[in-house]
Amino acid sequence: MNVTVCIRRVPDTETRIRVGEDGVSIDTSGVKYIVSPYDEFAVEAGLRVTEGLGAGQVTVVTVGDAGATESLKNSLAMGVHRALLLEGEVTMDGLATAKALAAELAEADAPLILLGVKAADDDQQQVGPMLATLLGRPCATAVTRLEVRDGHVRCHREVEGGTELVDLPLPCVVTITKGTYEPRYATLKGIMAARRKPLERRPAELPAARLRVLGLQPPAPRPPGRIVGEGVEAVPELVRLLREEAGAL
Amino acid sequence: MSAAAVLAEPMTMTEDGSEAKMESGAAVVAAFVEQRDGSVRATAHEVVGAAAELARDLGGEVHALAVGGPGLGAECGQLGARGAGVIRVAEGAELAQYQAESYAHIVAGMVAGGGYQAVLFPASALGADLAPRVAALLDVPLASDATGLEVVDGGLVVTRPVYGGKAFARVAFDASPAVVSLRPHVFPPGTRAAAGRVEVFTPAGGAPAGGRAVDFRAASGGSVDVAEAEIVVSGGRGLRGPENWGVIEDVRDALGPAAALGASRAVVDAGWRPHGEQVGQTGKTIAPKLYFALAISGAIQHLAGMRTARTIVAVNKDADAPIFNVADYGIVGDVFEVAPVLAAEIRRLKSAGG
Ligand SMILES: Cc1cc2nc3c(=O)[nH]c(=O)nc-3n(C[C@H](O)[C@H](O)[C@H](O)COP(=O)(O)OP(=O)(O)OC[C@H]3O[C@@H](n4cnc5c(N)ncnc54)[C@H](O)[C@@H]3O)c2cc1C
Repeated sequence: MNVTVCIRRVPDTETRIRVGEDGVSIDTSGVKYIVSPYDEFAVEAGLRVTEGLGAGQVTVVTVGDAGATESLKNSLAMGVHRALLLEGEVTMDGLATAKALAAELAEADAPLILLGVKAADDDQQQVGPMLATLLGRPCATAVTRLEVRDGHVRCHREVEGGTELVDLPLPCVVTITKGTYEPRYATLKGIMAARRKPLERRPAELPAARLRVLGLQPPAPRPPGRIVGEGVEAVPELVRLLREEAGAL
Repeated sequence: MSAAAVLAEPMTMTEDGSEAKMESGAAVVAAFVEQRDGSVRATAHEVVGAAAELARDLGGEVHALAVGGPGLGAECGQLGARGAGVIRVAEGAELAQYQAESYAHIVAGMVAGGGYQAVLFPASALGADLAPRVAALLDVPLASDATGLEVVDGGLVVTRPVYGGKAFARVAFDASPAVVSLRPHVFPPGTRAAAGRVEVFTPAGGAPAGGRAVDFRAASGGSVDVAEAEIVVSGGRGLRGPENWGVIEDVRDALGPAAALGASRAVVDAGWRPHGEQVGQTGKTIAPKLYFALAISGAIQHLAGMRTARTIVAVNKDADAPIFNVADYGIVGDVFEVAPVLAAEIRRLKSAGG
């Protein structure tokens, strides 16, 4: 069975974020990019599914600009078989992104579509279930582990208070969160092999975004905190402050 | 196949939902009510409360929308006190447990005929799963995990964290209704009481086939989940090993049943604690009233998960640890010495007057 993984290129989570001159986007100078961490878990999950079945190929797809080919190559180096760049400008409007992916995948041989639970740039947490809805397919979100069995996928979902087990009939869409799928490192051999793997690109069928960013601001600075003291002697004062000043106890 | 087609005749999907629309002309904001095992969740009080504030600015009333098993209507009456003018409840024996596809279908049907300007969800695990599907069925965008809502020139403007909380975006909608999910614990429970008229109906079926929940495995420990707790006590690598977690649990226990355990990724990756407890960029994003970071350095990815907590307390033996930059109160010291005294002092305070 073939697996399709949708990924996104985002600024490294270590990167300092500065607001750009336009006031609505970030200053990209000096920003290092990575594959969104959740998407890497999804790539790893996809590889393990095909390895476990001993059959099928993994395709990575991204909507993005030419720079996103770098992210596709990272996935190819991890062992993914083929890559597709849908060229277009991704925005915070996840429904527009989902429509571009749906247009591509509706007729494709893509029985199992995996995505990260959210992208580490806009943190919108929505493209997966939106894509599933557009395709009219079942979907499980925030899945830490999945097992493909005859005709269905068993998903372990992380929810408040525990783990829910959900069976989805194929074809379906699953979003992956941290848990089982620690991404493998690309080997030198993998990086070499990636150069010969197919990487297609074509324009995305991306509708206009209908969420408009009016402004981007750094987080409101927290009021300066204070060191109450050192060691156990400071504890009574801390507890007093928590009760009387912060009203937290 | 197309999702929009499903809703071409939205009101034919419900039997009584269309009447609800006619009776109440000035509905402007819908608030989704999260329930579990037939009980209304605390998030619903926040979502209805936020909807009531918005409705006041927009000049109209709040409709709370609930889906669940028989008897949910009676349970939902309490939402009048939180600001719901009308509470529309879809009841069905097969709806007692959350099922994504059918819930999405029913909620989208209720919204499609309701004439709402905004639809609010909680950004809980359930809300994060449901809201995108409803937005896609309605063919409108979604702004997730909002920390602020305001009305500007008659339109909704949402403030929401991006880049793991390293920036906040103000976002407007070029579509209606505006669909928004709200970060739990950020919006206060509603206090603006309204009529709270409950209208129960039986939704027609017709949802596409979806997933089937086959089992639920409760996290061991049985205490409140880190994502829902008002107080979170988190431990980091400085605890040196899982055998020392009694130190953290002691503080949690002293704080009472509203407190949950959390952990840094270093601790989870080392296998000391389950992933469900991880706070941060690749764990849970939380905004409790009170957050304790015990022997946690305060890496940027950890801050992503907890920097919107109302009050942050840090205990760390390194006075230069970055956690002190965001902590409201810090103690420089050894967690193994400080934590037990902290637990004892909290117990003393509680027994001395609640
Ligand atoms: C893509 C990505 C995603 C990530 N996601 C997350 C995430 O979701 N959550 C997360 O937490 N991290 C995340 N991280 C990891 C993060 O960068 C840090 O490595 C991690 O938070 C460190 O955990 P820690 O503070 O427990 O350990 P350390 O950084 O090792 O800090 C231990 C602290 O304990 C103190 N200490 C030691 N002994 C004592 C003592 N006896 N008494 C008091 N203090 C003591 C030390 O001074 C130190 O400050 C992520 C990283 C990446 C790259």
